[in-house]
Amino acid sequence: MDKMTQLLKLLENTKSIEINDFRMDFDELELQLMPAVQQVVQQAVQTRKAASEVLPMEDFKPPIQDYPGKVAEVQLGKGSRKPVYLGGQQALYRFEEAQPNAPVVTFDVFDIPMPGLPRPIREHFSDVMDHPGEWAKKAVKEFGANMVTIHLIGTGPKVMDKSPREAANDIEEVLQAVDVPLVIGASGDPVKDPLVLEKAAEAAQGERCLLASANLDLDYQKVAQAAVNNDHAVLSWSITDVNMQKTLNRYLLKEGLTQNDIVMDPTTCALGYGIEFSIDIMTRTRLAALKGDTDLQMPMSSGTTNAWGSREAWMKKEEWGPTDYRGPIWEIFTGLTMMLNGVDIFMMLHPTSVKLLREIGGTFVKDYMTTDLPDISDWITQLEG
Amino acid sequence: MKVTAMDIYKLLPKTNCEDCGEASCMAFATKLSEKETDLKLCTPLDPEGMEKLEKILAPAVREVTIGKGDKQVIIGGDEVLYRYELTYYNPTALVIDVHDELEESELEERIKIIENTEFERTGELLTLDAIAVRNKSGDRQKFIKTVSRLKNSVYPLILCTMDPDNMKAALEVVGDERPLIYAATENNLEEMAKLALDYQCPVALFVPGDLEKMKQLSHSLRSQGIKDIVLDPGTFVGDGIGDTLDNFVMIRRLAVEEKDEDFRFPIMGIPALMRLGSKEDSVTKGIKEATVAATMLNKYADMLIFNGTDIWELIPVLTLRQGLFTDPRKPQAVDAGLYEFGDVSEDSPVVLTTNFALTYYTVEGDLKSGKANTYLLVLDTEGRAVDVSLAGGQLNGKSVADLIKETDIENKVNHKKMIIPGLAAPVSGEIEDDSGWEVAVGPRDSSAVPDYLLEKL
Repeated sequence: MDKMTQLLKLLENTKSIEINDFRMDFDELELQLMPAVQQVVQQAVQTRKAASEVLPMEDFKPPIQDYPGKVAEVQLGKGSRKPVYLGGQQALYRFEEAQPNAPVVTFDVFDIPMPGLPRPIREHFSDVMDHPGEWAKKAVKEFGANMVTIHLIGTGPKVMDKSPREAANDIEEVLQAVDVPLVIGASGDPVKDPLVLEKAAEAAQGERCLLASANLDLDYQKVAQAAVNNDHAVLSWSITDVNMQKTLNRYLLKEGLTQNDIVMDPTTCALGYGIEFSIDIMTRTRLAALKGDTDLQMPMSSGTTNAWGSREAWMKKEEWGPTDYRGPIWEIFTGLTMMLNGVDIFMMLHPTSVKLLREIGGTFVKDYMTTDLPDISDWITQLEG
Repeated sequence: MKVTAMDIYKLLPKTNCEDCGEASCMAFATKLSEKETDLKLCTPLDPEGMEKLEKILAPAVREVTIGKGDKQVIIGGDEVLYRYELTYYNPTALVIDVHDELEESELEERIKIIENTEFERTGELLTLDAIAVRNKSGDRQKFIKTVSRLKNSVYPLILCTMDPDNMKAALEVVGDERPLIYAATENNLEEMAKLALDYQCPVALFVPGDLEKMKQLSHSLRSQGIKDIVLDPGTFVGDGIGDTLDNFVMIRRLAVEEKDEDFRFPIMGIPALMRLGSKEDSVTKGIKEATVAATMLNKYADMLIFNGTDIWELIPVLTLRQGLFTDPRKPQAVDAGLYEFGDVSEDSPVVLTTNFALTYYTVEGDLKSGKANTYLLVLDTEGRAVDVSLAGGQLNGKSVADLIKETDIENKVNHKKMIIPGLAAPVSGEIEDDSGWEVAVGPRDSSAVPDYLLEKL
């Protein structure tokens, strides 16, 4: 027993010891180990246990959920337009159920030449900027636009103060030039916008355009009525606030519009300029729709063009690299992020950004694991560079 | 779901010994529930209690540390699927790939670029996190040589080879620095698992396009006592990006909502694979690589390996990561009030902006770099940017008039002229009416403010 006492004494000042060639002979022994010994023993036992334990395993099951709600489908384009459909999702992700409609991009076109547009965009459109019809045609013919947004910026009282009648003429010009559906945007003047949109809606009667926009700062009733009377849809614009969006949608529904006549714009903050706020709002809005909130079950839109306002997209700065690449990436990142969080339609400017966004969006309508995947198992030796 | 302080307290020794630095066990429990302290500081806790508590405190996604000491990066640790529910933890590690067939000078140049890549945004310096060393040659000596050179790098390492013998040779060199072993596959699982255990290193599990098999192999690694695993379900690009996304989302959903132990690990993606067999020009490759990265950043990647090092490709990636990992519980605002830049006097101009942190820091950076001498009035817009607060109504004539009174600026300057942001032009008249100040509409972007001040004044 002398050895045991020695051992315990030793242990008082150490956390662990290793004993070689240790042997004890006895008939009956009561061991009272001190806490330190206990700890060592327990730890050793536990390590052994973890290493040899057969862990229970369940079969793999894809985590597919049931959603009580559904996103409404909105048709844009009728009459002389080729229709485009937005929304219609009954699930959050493709592996649960593929989206019925792929995300749609609408190219920005303006009723005035817009010398302020960033150079990487101007260089694609400078030859057509004097005529919105030609501009729209180029977007469709050369860059495969599904839709065109005609921004009636020139109607702004501080811009060119074009009359609603003149705005209607511009709409007619664009309608003549292309057969894709239109988004009709005004100048952002709360007093004049409803008057401009009213005339524009009449000029495009029966063509099912998207009137942009109705919001709580202007006479949204007039905009809603223009849509109801001329068979158009309305863009319902709120400022990164789910409750504001709900309120406005309810007001619009009261005016006689249905879920199938409304597209929501919960506001797109650009990459680096609060994009995370937009991520949260889009996510919450879409989750609410699928959970069954009928005030939020409309497709969503993103003013992705906002990205070009970010200085990283346009400012000359040698240590950031050429703006020719930065600009399009900024627009792609902004749009793509919105798309991955549920947005259905994108207002965009640069052909490269549009192309890449659509390539990814196009996969949303395919079923899980139905694409031929390349063999990447040897990428470590095969990747160049 | 998150555990409460009371759940934790029940399992603590309740000795109030203060060894952990807290005044009581309850205080310690509260800090633990907020992830603000470390369980290991609890000295009287017995191993059994420790194990229980570790289990209930474990995040839905295990935190895995790659590297050691001042050369480490932690990935994983997430609790939720959507950031608005809590916050995301541990920003996605951004890793650049180098391989063992590079000429010495190329390798040196590349390491220099990686270590020097940085981008400052809103007062935060954004940088990369690790280097992946790829055994492209398949040759052991070449791999060892490159790995040995990278031992001196400032960043932790990912060792990439499917050959267990080559991996072992590399671990002989840097195994004590906790590199990530990339990768265990169905063909080398036993050997790689042994290396992970022998060298106490985290290991990546690469099972492209087959979650069922991934679950089995992850389970096998866990059964062998391996705790630190990183999952690579394969990065497929082009038409395959939809499947890549689906796999990432499924893994994370299984971890967070189903608590499936085999999937409760960080996920890694390899945007560099976009370059595999691509015949496109280098600019297109860079744009596409960044695009693939943005896709995976948005949906749960905890680590990304790039091949491209162009700053115009990395700036958007760094910026998106910063946004995603900003804590939504913390207000994005600075204190409202009056700020001074340079040498101010009673003749100095007065400029207006909002208290959205990003707006403020952008303006601050521009005023400083432009060496402007000016007063800056910062309006409380509840942390909203100029255009957003204009639409939301926080930026209006009355709020600016109130700010003028509160800051006592009228007694600091000998004029009543204010320059407002270009985007605030619609309320210029309103501000003049409510404050009695003369308002000039300044540039839309604050980078032009210093020149504007010089020209106009």
